[in-house]
Parts: sequence; structure tokens; C-alpha cells
Amino acid sequence: MTSLPQTTGKKLGLVIDLDVCVGCHACAVNCKEWNTGGVAAPLTDLKPYGEDPHGVWFNRIHSYEMNDDDRSRTVHFPRSCLHCEEPACVTVCPTGASYKRSEDGIVLVNEDLCIGCKLCSWACPYGAREFDYDVGVMKKCTLCIDRIYNENLPERDRVPACVATCPTSARSFGDLGDPNSAVSKLVKERGGFELMPEMGYRPTNRYLPPRPKKQFGEHTASPELAPLTPQPGEGFLGWIDRVLSN
Amino acid sequence: MHPALSVILFTTLSGAGYGLLSWAGLYAIVGYLPNSQLYGFMVMALALGAVTVGLLSSTFHLGHPERAWRAFSQWRSSWLSREGVASCVTYIPAAIFGIGWVFFGAVDGAWAFAGLIVALCSIVTVICTAYIYRSLKTIPSWYNDWVVPNYVALSQMTGALLFAALSNLFGYRLPGLYFLAVVTIVVALACKLGYWRHIDSATPKSTMNTATGLPGNVRLFEAPHTSENYLMKEMGYRIARKHAQKLRQIAMVLAFLIPAGLIATASLVDSGLATVCSVVAAISAMAGVLTERWLFFAEAKHAVTLFYGRTLDQAA
Repeated sequence: MTSLPQTTGKKLGLVIDLDVCVGCHACAVNCKEWNTGGVAAPLTDLKPYGEDPHGVWFNRIHSYEMNDDDRSRTVHFPRSCLHCEEPACVTVCPTGASYKRSEDGIVLVNEDLCIGCKLCSWACPYGAREFDYDVGVMKKCTLCIDRIYNENLPERDRVPACVATCPTSARSFGDLGDPNSAVSKLVKERGGFELMPEMGYRPTNRYLPPRPKKQFGEHTASPELAPLTPQPGEGFLGWIDRVLSN
Repeated sequence: MHPALSVILFTTLSGAGYGLLSWAGLYAIVGYLPNSQLYGFMVMALALGAVTVGLLSSTFHLGHPERAWRAFSQWRSSWLSREGVASCVTYIPAAIFGIGWVFFGAVDGAWAFAGLIVALCSIVTVICTAYIYRSLKTIPSWYNDWVVPNYVALSQMTGALLFAALSNLFGYRLPGLYFLAVVTIVVALACKLGYWRHIDSATPKSTMNTATGLPGNVRLFEAPHTSENYLMKEMGYRIARKHAQKLRQIAMVLAFLIPAGLIATASLVDSGLATVCSVVAAISAMAGVLTERWLFFAEAKHAVTLFYGRTLDQAA
């Protein structure tokens, strides 16, 4: 059913730290690697070595230049499904292929029901859904549903592939519906925000803003360095130095 | 938005077909519909033919057309599903009305009542089609109150012009039809001009700042991929503003000005010339609405393009 659940038991999602992300694309690559063999497999690539390569990815990493109060910086910005609480991609689906799970809030596509009308991708402002031209169905982030509940994996690996691989720990995974969870505390502490709140889709995922830049004033300048060699004029070495300098 | 030919044909053809069905039904209920069976056959064949070809063409852009029947299931939440259900429901009174007219030459009494139901169902179906677009918050030029009146008015206008052309071809001068055709042209033109004025002046709420949550001047430094992905192919279609202006003028002339002039002429001249005028008016209107519908898609800007450094502002 594409009608939405009233409430979800958990609100599983990601918290992405824009201060820490270095834009290495490892999350996108590991996501592709895992999911091209996972429930949404394959993530088709068309002409991967050709002039116009084209393929399905659940993660896209943008880099922005930001200029605020005369200070500029580069911000790397991973973009993936936000597993919204009011996902219009689900309600517009005419077949019931798209659904939001009542137990954990994950938004999924049942590929066997999808007719490939693409309307869900039109309804998503976040570009979370990419059409697989080869298979003829819509594909999207599953929050690695085949990892997070996978009892064949060691417990520490039961997180989405993007989170597992991030070398700077810019991505965290957890229950954002639980105010005491580590991710909820992180969001509270760092002032995590929603993307495009004006759409009213109430995304579950949160982004943490870049920390304010440090102010560099006079008081922060390093003290002048003392010379490493002893000054001439003292003791026996000073006498030799004076003799030899003449 | 990518202007897919299948969707443009679907909305234009089915719109005209439903318009024609609704005018035939309304003329039956007021008792002005000629009961000629051949004429009835041609009207119903053209109307249902346009609707059916439109609906079939809409399945061509699907990834899995063979599963299209599943689209009838989610009418509780999805306007696309509602549109599918409404379009199929409309076939029932249309079949009853058509059988009475074509096989029994009967367009009065209960048969006329079926005509009234056809008219209502047709308009409801067009409203559902329009709401597929109207309900998308991601596309500001669709998410506004001008879209539904535009779809209904253009459907009624093309339907009225087809009805006038067919009636003239069969030698029938239906009372009030020229007047109604001109009224629908004027209403549709007003809706279209209002729509264009609205999208040109509206300030979209979403910006690169709200999309990324970053303050100040935000500029795309590096895109995630070097060649276009699905999002950019489907949602990132761009048309040069000068071309859009020119196409708007072409649409306005073909869809509204030429048909209005020809229908006004037809109302003043004898039947032979009037027939030619009304047929050309209908063809011109269809070409104009196809152009208008192409623009409706091509000019629409999608929120996801904000992540790629674009703006939703129509004037930009």
C-alpha cells in the first residue's frame, strides 16, 4: 500500500557531518559495490568505459563553495535517500511498489510491482531515486537493509555500507526516533538540520553543519622562535669564537 | 523536465477526446444532439479513439508496460492511479451512450442521461490527469492553482473545436456550438496567460541554501559525476528562454488566435466554407496545444537541479 504508516516503530536513518566529510566518494563506491550484489541488484552501468557512461548510484557526492561573511570554504556534500516521514515518492506510486516500512521507517521499492512510470522520482526533491533503464524499474537506497539486519555479519558490520567505509567517520547510522540514541544526541549537540524543510517531507536523515571557522587574530600568532645555536660571548667557546671571528 | 513525447501525446489526445465526449454528452442532455447513427459513430470513434490512443501512448514510456494494470490499485493516495481508474470507468457510460447513439439512433431519455454521466466522468478524468502534475511540490511551475483550470479548459476547447468540425462535416449546425467554442477559446487563453504570468513572477521557496542547508553564497564547485545521470536527463532538461518565448507565441497563435478567427468566420459564412474553417481550426488548435504541452514540460524546473547549482527561478 502506498498509503503511509501512521507511525513507525523506529526512525532509522543517517547523520552526515559536513564538517568532517572530505569528499573522497568512498561511501558512494562502497554503496555501489555492496548494492550491486544486494536486494536492489544489479545497479546497472551502461557504457561504463564509453564516452557517456551512465549508471545507477544511490549516493552522489557534490562539492560546494560556500561564501559566508567574507570567509569561503569548500563543503563536500553526500546526497542519498533521506527516508522521509512524509515521502511523496511513496504516495504518488500508482502500483504500491513504493512503500515505507512501519517497523523502521525505511522507504523501499518492490521491484516486482514497479511499472517504471518514474513519477516517484519526479516527486522526490532530493534526487534519491534513479531509474534503471536496463531493468526498467526505479531503484533507491535501501539503507542497506540486507546488512543492518544481517546476522551472518559480525555485529559491528551491521551498518549501511556507506557508514562502514567512511574513513573520516562523517556518517553515522542509528534510530533518530529515539531521543537517547547516539545519532539523536549528535544531532542535538551539533544543531543537525533537515534538507529543504519547506517541502514538508520531514526527512529522517540529518546533516551536521560545518563548524564555524576559528578566528585568527594577533593573540593566536606563534611566539618568536629562539635561535637554536648559542649566542657567542660566553665561556671558552665564546673566547674561541671571538678569536676565530677576527 | 524532459518533455517525453508519449506523455505529451497522451495528455493532448486524451484531453481532446474527453472534451469531445463531454460536449456530445451535454448536447444530448439538452436535446440538441442529432441522432444520426453514422454521425454518432464518427463522433464516438474519434473521441474514444483519441482517448484510447492517448492512454496507450502513455504506457510507452513505462519501464514495464505489461504491468500497467497494477496502476489501478493505489487510488487512495496516487493521482496517477486515480487517473487510470477514472479513465477506465468513463468507458462504461461512454459505451452505453455510444451503443444507444450508433446502434439505435437514440440520444434521448436514459441514453441522454448516460451522456451526462459521460460528460461528468470525462471532466473528472481530465482533472485527475492535471492533479498528477499539480500535486508535485518539487516543481513550482506545476504546483499551483493554474494547472488544473488549464488542463480542463484546453480539453474542453479542443473537444469543442473537434465537435464543431465533425458536425459541420456531417452538415449539422448545432445551436450555440460556435459561441461555446469561442467561449472555451477565450477561457483557455485567459488560463494560459494567467499560468505563464504566474510562473514568470513567482518566487520559488527552495533555493541552493535550503537544499544544502548551507548559508551565504553557495556555488557548485564539483558535480558528483562527469556525464549526465538519470536525474539530469529526466529532471534537468533545459530550454533557452528566447526559444521558450517564441514557442509561447507560436502556441498562442495556433491554439487560440487562429481557431478563434476561423470559428468567428465560420459562423458568418455558408456551410461549405464554414466546414473548411472549422476543420482547420481544430487541426490548428491541436498543433497549438501540442506545442503548449511540450512547453509545459520543457519549461518546468525541478528542485533536484538545485543540488547541481541551478535555480528554480523561471526568469533566470
